[in-house]
Amino acid sequence: MRRKKVLALGLVAMMATAVFAGCGSSNGSSESGSADGGQVYYLNFKPEADEAWQEIAKQYTEETGVPVTVITAASGTYEETLSSEIIKDEAPTLFQVNGPVGLANWKDYCYDLKGSSLYDELTSDSFALYDGDAVAGIAYVIESYGIIVNTELLSKAGYSLDDIKSFDDLKKVAEDITARKSELGFSAFTSAGMDGSSDWRFKTHLANLPIYFEYQDKGIDSTDAIEGKYLDNYKAIFDLYINNATCDPADLAGKTGDDAENEFATGEAVFYQNGSWEYSNLTDKGMTDDQLAMIPIYVGAGDEANQGLCTGTENYWCVNSEASEEDIQATIDFLTWMVTSDAGTKMLSKQIGVIPFKNAADTNNLFVLNDRKYTEDGKTPVSWNFTTMPSEEWKNGVGSALTAYAAGTGSWDDVVTAFVDGWASEYAANNN
Amino acid sequence: MEKAIRKYWPIFVLPTLAAFCVGFIYPFVQGLYLSFCKFNTIKKATFNGLDNYAYALGDGEFWHSFWFTALFTVISTVLINVIAFTIALALTSKIKGSNLFRTVFFMPNLIGGIVLGYIWQILLNCVLSILEKPLLALNATYGFIGLTILMCWQQIGYMMIIYIAGLQSISNDYIEAAKIDGATNRQILFKVKIPNVMPSITICSFLTITNGFKLFDQNLALTGGEPAHASEMLALNIYNTFYSRSGPQWKGYGQAKAVIFCIMVILISMIQLKFTKSKEVQQ
Repeated sequence: MRRKKVLALGLVAMMATAVFAGCGSSNGSSESGSADGGQVYYLNFKPEADEAWQEIAKQYTEETGVPVTVITAASGTYEETLSSEIIKDEAPTLFQVNGPVGLANWKDYCYDLKGSSLYDELTSDSFALYDGDAVAGIAYVIESYGIIVNTELLSKAGYSLDDIKSFDDLKKVAEDITARKSELGFSAFTSAGMDGSSDWRFKTHLANLPIYFEYQDKGIDSTDAIEGKYLDNYKAIFDLYINNATCDPADLAGKTGDDAENEFATGEAVFYQNGSWEYSNLTDKGMTDDQLAMIPIYVGAGDEANQGLCTGTENYWCVNSEASEEDIQATIDFLTWMVTSDAGTKMLSKQIGVIPFKNAADTNNLFVLNDRKYTEDGKTPVSWNFTTMPSEEWKNGVGSALTAYAAGTGSWDDVVTAFVDGWASEYAANNN
Repeated sequence: MEKAIRKYWPIFVLPTLAAFCVGFIYPFVQGLYLSFCKFNTIKKATFNGLDNYAYALGDGEFWHSFWFTALFTVISTVLINVIAFTIALALTSKIKGSNLFRTVFFMPNLIGGIVLGYIWQILLNCVLSILEKPLLALNATYGFIGLTILMCWQQIGYMMIIYIAGLQSISNDYIEAAKIDGATNRQILFKVKIPNVMPSITICSFLTITNGFKLFDQNLALTGGEPAHASEMLALNIYNTFYSRSGPQWKGYGQAKAVIFCIMVILISMIQLKFTKSKEVQQ
């Protein structure tokens, strides 16, 4: 009897230690290393760059002895991951926000970077994200988007890039290709997929154009109510996309981002709206530089002769103001090293693209070079105003309406309602 | 031994109780508190009384998703249990290869909800496209039917296993006695088999009702709430309230909705348990 008792007690003790050891171990490992100089914990947004970040972090630690932890949030779950990570004792010292609307959630956690060594490296003050007078975030990448053209197919259809200088030109070329679709063996546009993996190209990126031109007219850079003055242009370009595509507009609701990318890479379509981040995907699929070019998205508004690509950023680094003094300094030092050292800038240029810092390494990304050429030729880039869209909810509303419009189950009026009325109501709902 | 257990039971209970407190009680209490707060992260929460509940209860989309979920739960519970029970009956009568069938029917349960959602989305969209009907994301009715098919496909196998176990535990004496008394197959089914598997029915209907109410993965992957929130169920509505808006007030709204949701699920499953338990017979 007695022996059994001892056995039972022993088992219980074992279970108990297992439970507590399980809880304890996860804390134990991360506490090491914060000896004196502070440490860096970066919650990375871009899963495709995770490996490169891990490597560069290791290299930095070897060089300086400062521990750098990089954790990458799974695609599309950044806000959730950040919400749960930032309240931990070992919170990220470095995270990112997507422009002014994203900043609204996190401004209490943003350290003022004004005058820091990182801020001084910026090529222009316009890449800083302001919260009042404080620099809450620093842009770390500049990206461009437009219409990617398969120039080989374009010349097969009898046109060259010089033939497309305005919306009317684009419309003429696209409709001509559609008319001769069976003879040519390819379509004008890739499928404008409205699946969640692709609809941001239209509800966010394409919607930037009517917003941009309205802001230009009024000389503003954000608004609580959009008028929708250029929505007819938005309709015209969207109509052009869906009526000259590889598939029936009714099927767009189920088309994904991969579908469009594959159609373009396999030569089924001449035009493909996407951005400079798409370059490596396309070249990995076997496309070469002489087949590719990026042209502005002409919508028939503004000064089309001088319109450039849509160029801007929605990725801003923020330093956690709740972190200890040493950690904040360590983080700023790490970032400064990233944008000044050879290893750091090379990694950023290769993995991320163009960075808005003085010591940026050169890039071989063709679309970025296209953008540079447009700017050199005196064209005005279209700025990224979609960071001022009132919420995800607004984008989803516009996306749903566009999908229904394309399939014929909804009307364009619904898109206008979602765009204009949705903007006002979402803005009010988020800022009361 | 008995004495030892009586004496040392707190020690035996301790590990599980500790885990339960850490993993359930504490988060639940904190969640309850947060539902009365305006917050972005749980460290910086400011109390704002009943505002969140006022918003949550006045939100039309929330109520729409509630009725959508309720209808879905009723239909899927009935379908899943009836079909699972029928298959279980078939597979307990001595037919060839019943073990193979059991395995095959159970297999869909091993695949995660998100994966299933995407696979069925492709499948159903293909069918709808061939029939020249609007795709899943364009029509809430098709979205509803799609979700029902998906849930049936996934859950019938699981419930079937429970029913098979229930049917096999019925003593053959009862059935033989009924046969000798001249009962028809129909009578045996309704007067002997079903009353004796009532405990299984209790469990299965509990599981299907709560699964239906809590459904998230499949909803997110299959329809994503499209078109314009029309096929959004409660859990997805709460998730969207949390994450697709900006500004600190939304987290509180979402939290209040989550508490209301939790109370609903508890209430409904309690009522169901009471109801089916009352039909159980003593063996």
